[in-house]
Amino acid sequence: MRNAVGREIPDNLLTNGREVYQGKNKKDGQYIKKASPTVRRGEKPVEDKLCQTIREACEKCGAHDGMTFSFHTEFRDGDYVASMVCRVLVEEMGLKDLHVAATSLGSAQDIFADYMEQGIIVEAQTSGVRGRIGEVISAGKLKNPAIIRSHGGRPRAVEAGEVHIDIAFLAAATSDCCGNAKGTGGKNNCGSMGFANHDSHYADHTVIITDTLVPFPNLPSSISCIDVDAVCVVDAIGDPKKIATKEARMTDNPRELMMAENVASVIAATPYFKDGFSFQTGVGGPSLAVNRFLEEHMRKQNIKMSFALGGTSSAICALQDKGLVDYILDTQDFDQGAAAHLFTNPHHVEIDLSEYANASNKGAYVNKLDYVVLSALEIDTKFNVNVITGSDGVLRGAPGGHPDTAAGSKCCIIVTPLTRGRMATVCKDVVTVTTPGDCVDVLVTDYGIAVNPARQDLIECLDQAGIKHVTIESLQEKAYSLVGEPEPLQWEDQVVAIVEARDGTILDVVKKVKPFSFEA
Amino acid sequence: MINRPKPDKKRLRRTMMFMNAQKPGLIKDAYIYGSDSIILDLEDAVAENQKDAARFSLYHALKNIDYGDTEVIVRINGLDTPHWQEDVRVCVAGGADGIRIAKCENAQMVHQVEEAVLAAEREFGVEEGRTLLMAALESPMGIMNAYEIVTASDRMLGCAISGGDFRKSMHVQIQRDGVEMMVARGQMLLAARAAGVQCFDTMFPNIDDMEGFKVEVIQNHKMGFDGKSIVNPKQIAFVHETFAPTEKEIAYAEKLVRGCQAQADAGIGVYTVDGKMVDIPFFEDAKRIIALAKACKVYHGDL
Repeated sequence: MRNAVGREIPDNLLTNGREVYQGKNKKDGQYIKKASPTVRRGEKPVEDKLCQTIREACEKCGAHDGMTFSFHTEFRDGDYVASMVCRVLVEEMGLKDLHVAATSLGSAQDIFADYMEQGIIVEAQTSGVRGRIGEVISAGKLKNPAIIRSHGGRPRAVEAGEVHIDIAFLAAATSDCCGNAKGTGGKNNCGSMGFANHDSHYADHTVIITDTLVPFPNLPSSISCIDVDAVCVVDAIGDPKKIATKEARMTDNPRELMMAENVASVIAATPYFKDGFSFQTGVGGPSLAVNRFLEEHMRKQNIKMSFALGGTSSAICALQDKGLVDYILDTQDFDQGAAAHLFTNPHHVEIDLSEYANASNKGAYVNKLDYVVLSALEIDTKFNVNVITGSDGVLRGAPGGHPDTAAGSKCCIIVTPLTRGRMATVCKDVVTVTTPGDCVDVLVTDYGIAVNPARQDLIECLDQAGIKHVTIESLQEKAYSLVGEPEPLQWEDQVVAIVEARDGTILDVVKKVKPFSFEA
Repeated sequence: MINRPKPDKKRLRRTMMFMNAQKPGLIKDAYIYGSDSIILDLEDAVAENQKDAARFSLYHALKNIDYGDTEVIVRINGLDTPHWQEDVRVCVAGGADGIRIAKCENAQMVHQVEEAVLAAEREFGVEEGRTLLMAALESPMGIMNAYEIVTASDRMLGCAISGGDFRKSMHVQIQRDGVEMMVARGQMLLAARAAGVQCFDTMFPNIDDMEGFKVEVIQNHKMGFDGKSIVNPKQIAFVHETFAPTEKEIAYAEKLVRGCQAQADAGIGVYTVDGKMVDIPFFEDAKRIIALAKACKVYHGDL
């Protein structure tokens, strides 16, 4: 069946009430029944919940064949815990038919790729796929299709009972003996635990894994001891060098700076840019640099930001310290400066992924967002964005909060160079739709700015401000004139991943890549 | 193949951005940053044994990249090298808008290049006189002969001082207040204005020192330069801002032009605006400011 972004979704996936994507905000106002975990009562007085080994904790929580286990990726490429746990489940306990529910999968979990190839891990649900795991899934070696969900889509699926987590293994920088845990104060800090908190409320069992045990009670905490079954102390939960850089570096690439400056000019030309506006940006070259140029516009117009949302860098913390940002609502910290800044300012607070972006609660923070600045691997002439598959069709990216913030914000700006190497970033059709074009408003490239024709109001704002813009088709033609038109990719029939829209419908599927041949 | 429009001697040249002609990654889309002119360098940026490779890169860029409104000038090697004649042939064959003569010291050198350019225009079937020239003055002798240099050819669009070599020959270092080149800049400006051609200041070498750069650009503007050589895209915006007429200047110029026009139409010979007598040069200068404002795209009136 063809969905609202023109993608053909195989009918055999449309079972158990699964639908195809029908457009933005189509489920608004509907009622849902939330799932609830089955928890073991802790009625008796206990000294602590410490377990000597991860295996002991697994056994205490009833780890079994066919179970779903989850973990968070606040420690990014520096995470030791997910692999450590998975090794125990597979190598020590000999479990099989495992289901993984992760906030992302990357090079820190490379060992999962082996277990997928061996048929031990049979299912994966994640908000991102990178490294060898992406190659293995794209080669069709995972038994069931992977499910790719946005940061808001993940808690939606958990609350709807579509993902039922048997055991959540949550790495924490510090914990006390009963499981009050957080991402700060330890040897390896990640700052916000926004990716982890929600799992502790919905998993049947929660195991905290830390390398820094602190005296009881470890308060205030991100995870409460009432949600925790066991606490394990290990030598190290991560490699600090890979968890976060000291400070996300501001680019000095003139091309990126020019794009960032243009993004800031677009923002300043629109009516939402007034005292109390809200803003989110990523940490990639041009996105991060927007902070710098935005500061100039804010000072010129003498206005302040009410809140900055989502992933946090030192740059936005510095703006808060200068009094230009009232609140930072932090789901993850991109650098050590931001992680250390969390909680030191009472207005720099942690929020979880449901609060951040879930489309099926009573109103997440993204719904109050004015501007979001996002990057893209590809964007097509319908403004559909791909951030999950490379030009070879292999899984190598992460929607993260991209689709959620694009849908929730009043003005979604994509910033990307027109070409990368010999790849056209602006193209006729993206390989995979991860953010639908009806959620994307403005595209800023090094060769010009394009506005979604659905946003005539923004076009008028730009015209009034004298900001030149062109059609997205002309940018696509320019890109093809520079690097040529790519041959269409060739696929097998096997679906290797389902890309879910934030409302739970199917936005697109990723198929098994067929090695390229000139005959087809 | 790209056919560029006929070069305009009097066009707006606030910024002339240097880049190495040998680097395809740099020159493939140098126009996106919005400098008025780009200068593709065959001289100092290119190693002695890479001159030929750079010419090939340059030729293919000129023939295949649509630089749009951005003027494309080429800095050729000095007349004391074995490279400059071949450089000229490549520029003309590729259809460059102009040639920057390095280390120019007298009218004779301009004539030499002009002859080579004419021969190349005939050789490659390019319209005779199409290719413009400009002179880089890099020595005390160049400055002393500035007037004869800029009047040596009809193709001459203007001259620029080149600070690096000039400071060395004067035994001085770069100074925050520009005192070390004040006289040279002034003398070159006088020669250019006397000849009715444009005049450009040298590039500012320390791209991380934006404050120092700004001080120099403001001084350039106060002294009467038409523009400046630059070496990094991030230097463009400030030069364009500084060299554009202010709203106040535009408003006054508009008033002068309208007032004088109305009085001329009414047959009045001596103009007065706001009760003050206005001479013809004021009228001419007001028209120049309006034209500059239009070129800088900051004029929104109907004159």
